[in-house]
Amino acid sequence: MTKILVIAEHAADTVNPSTAKSISCAADIEDAEIHVAVFSDNGESVARQVAALGSVSRVLRIDNAANETLLAAVVAPQVVAIADGYTHIFGPSTTFGKDLMPRVAGLLGVNQVSDIMAVLGSHTFKRPIYAGNAVVTVEASAERTVVATVRTASYKAVSDGGNAEIDAISVEADLPTHTRFIELLAGSSDRPDLQTAAKVVSGGRALASSENFEIIYKLADALGAGVGASRAAVDAGYVPNEMQVGQTGKIIAPDLYIAIGISGAIQHLTGIKDAGTIVAINKDPDAPIFEVADIGLVGDLFSIVPEFQAAVGG
Amino acid sequence: MDKILVGLKRVVDYNVRVRVRSDGSGVNTDGVKMSINPFDEIALEEALRIKERGEAKEVIVVSIGTPDAQQQLRTGLAMGADRAILVESDTAVDPLTGARVFRALIEREDPGLVLLGKQAIDDDNNQTGQMLAAIWNRPQATFASKIEMTGDTARVTREVDVGLEVIEVDLPAVVTTDLRLNEPRYVKLPDIMKAKKKQLDQLSINDLGVEIATPIKSVGFEPPAERQKGVIVEDVAGLVSALKDRGLL
Ligand SMILES: Cc1cc2nc3c(=O)[nH]c(=O)nc-3n(C[C@H](O)[C@H](O)[C@H](O)COP(=O)(O)OP(=O)(O)OC[C@H]3O[C@@H](n4cnc5c(N)ncnc54)[C@H](O)[C@@H]3O)c2cc1C
Repeated sequence: MTKILVIAEHAADTVNPSTAKSISCAADIEDAEIHVAVFSDNGESVARQVAALGSVSRVLRIDNAANETLLAAVVAPQVVAIADGYTHIFGPSTTFGKDLMPRVAGLLGVNQVSDIMAVLGSHTFKRPIYAGNAVVTVEASAERTVVATVRTASYKAVSDGGNAEIDAISVEADLPTHTRFIELLAGSSDRPDLQTAAKVVSGGRALASSENFEIIYKLADALGAGVGASRAAVDAGYVPNEMQVGQTGKIIAPDLYIAIGISGAIQHLTGIKDAGTIVAINKDPDAPIFEVADIGLVGDLFSIVPEFQAAVGG
Repeated sequence: MDKILVGLKRVVDYNVRVRVRSDGSGVNTDGVKMSINPFDEIALEEALRIKERGEAKEVIVVSIGTPDAQQQLRTGLAMGADRAILVESDTAVDPLTGARVFRALIEREDPGLVLLGKQAIDDDNNQTGQMLAAIWNRPQATFASKIEMTGDTARVTREVDVGLEVIEVDLPAVVTTDLRLNEPRYVKLPDIMKAKKKQLDQLSINDLGVEIATPIKSVGFEPPAERQKGVIVEDVAGLVSALKDRGLL
């Protein structure tokens, strides 16, 4: 019998879309009974949101003051305390899940399947390696718990329409105090979230300054798009780190991705492989980005972008 | 703090575009350039800076792998590490076994800090540091873009999806590095000469009494789905109409 525990990601009172995508991956395993664990200091609202997701049969609500900031070292022993009876434990391949899940796997004494992009069977999965230059089919042992992270860009959120029961439970586990949360410096933005936006406009090194990056924001606003960047643009300080798209930044799958002044290094392309349509604007006709772009426009971005923005009515 | 332990994995250089073998048995790594995993190089650079600020006395680089990994350890010694340990293994070890090897070395060396890359750019697993922290029962600070040592604790800024998270960890602890933590120094020729005289110990996984974990088995490899090359439009009007045709505007 396949019983899967999915660890919910949430910020304060709102469940993160990565949770519904992880559930979607779990639901690809045949005949799986899916439970979701919500760790929080007060998980009432999040548990209700999760219970309304399709494919979920039970929500475990674990309230504890120590779960206010969800440090991996604090959450992992609680996951392990409720792990008994589950054949699989899944989390999203976001920084939250990447931090937490290997700690859970370590405590359980198993290796982890990282970044599931397809389910072939209850213990057989596909995952990307070498910055997405190869896809490997892996088999986890059927004798041990499968601990895995889900590459969220490979999955659509599971639909609503669920009505799972919610059980508030208390968990016996020694919680460490050796790790303390100090602060979160989060960028605030009214723009669509990069990870879930239907349209994304990204700028690269060619923007050359944070002032110049304004033209990217303006175009994005005219299109109702989220904003991303290449590593070079982040490293140079034009934009904050949370905007990086790629192997070591965010892996995204918008319907429309517009790469402006980005050369198309393999590490960047890894982050946009699943985009619907890729548009590239670059002055170098030989830039590798044109190899993957559905629509390319060769020219100087500083004249093209304002004109494009005007044309779409911004 | 006396010692910092740093992991250096030998991987295919990040500039090499690896290809899957036509029979699907693996990726072709014959004759390609091998380097230190870029995240590990950043880990070593950070360890050296901590030592140069007088906050640690010795930096030890560790690699688990074939004897060829001596090259990467020598490079690490040339960058400034004090000594090196090669834990020999014919095959690539899985992340949990790797974590166990580090756990065993911690028993011998008693470091105040273990610095590892957040992921290796070959298998892209992103697991070993967290697993080590779990089995060592010590703090982890993953994806670090800033590390400040404050005596018995470290304050680490982490790159997370919503921005930057600052946490404080008691030492000893495991910290895994992100790309913006620092820019590694270049190795100078005289340092390469000096590095040849530095101590490099070789051990086997058996010597450390480490039990090999059950790996996640790789059963087949394939190239990723290729995207087709699209159209080139002449101007903004062409771009707008191409987007309209696709229902995107
Ligand atoms: C381990 C590792 C991980 C990495 N992870 C990532 C990652 O997650 N994400 C990522 O993006 N990168 C990543 N990189 C870096 C990657 O290799 C590239 O260095 C980076 O993506 C380059 O960014 P860029 O395209 O903005 O800059 P460049 O490569 O410098 O390209 C700039 C482009 O702008 C064009 N241009 C210049 N001026 C104009 C103009 N006026 N008008 C139009 N076009 C113009 C140029 O023709 C050029 O193609 C990683 C690297 C390593 C080693």
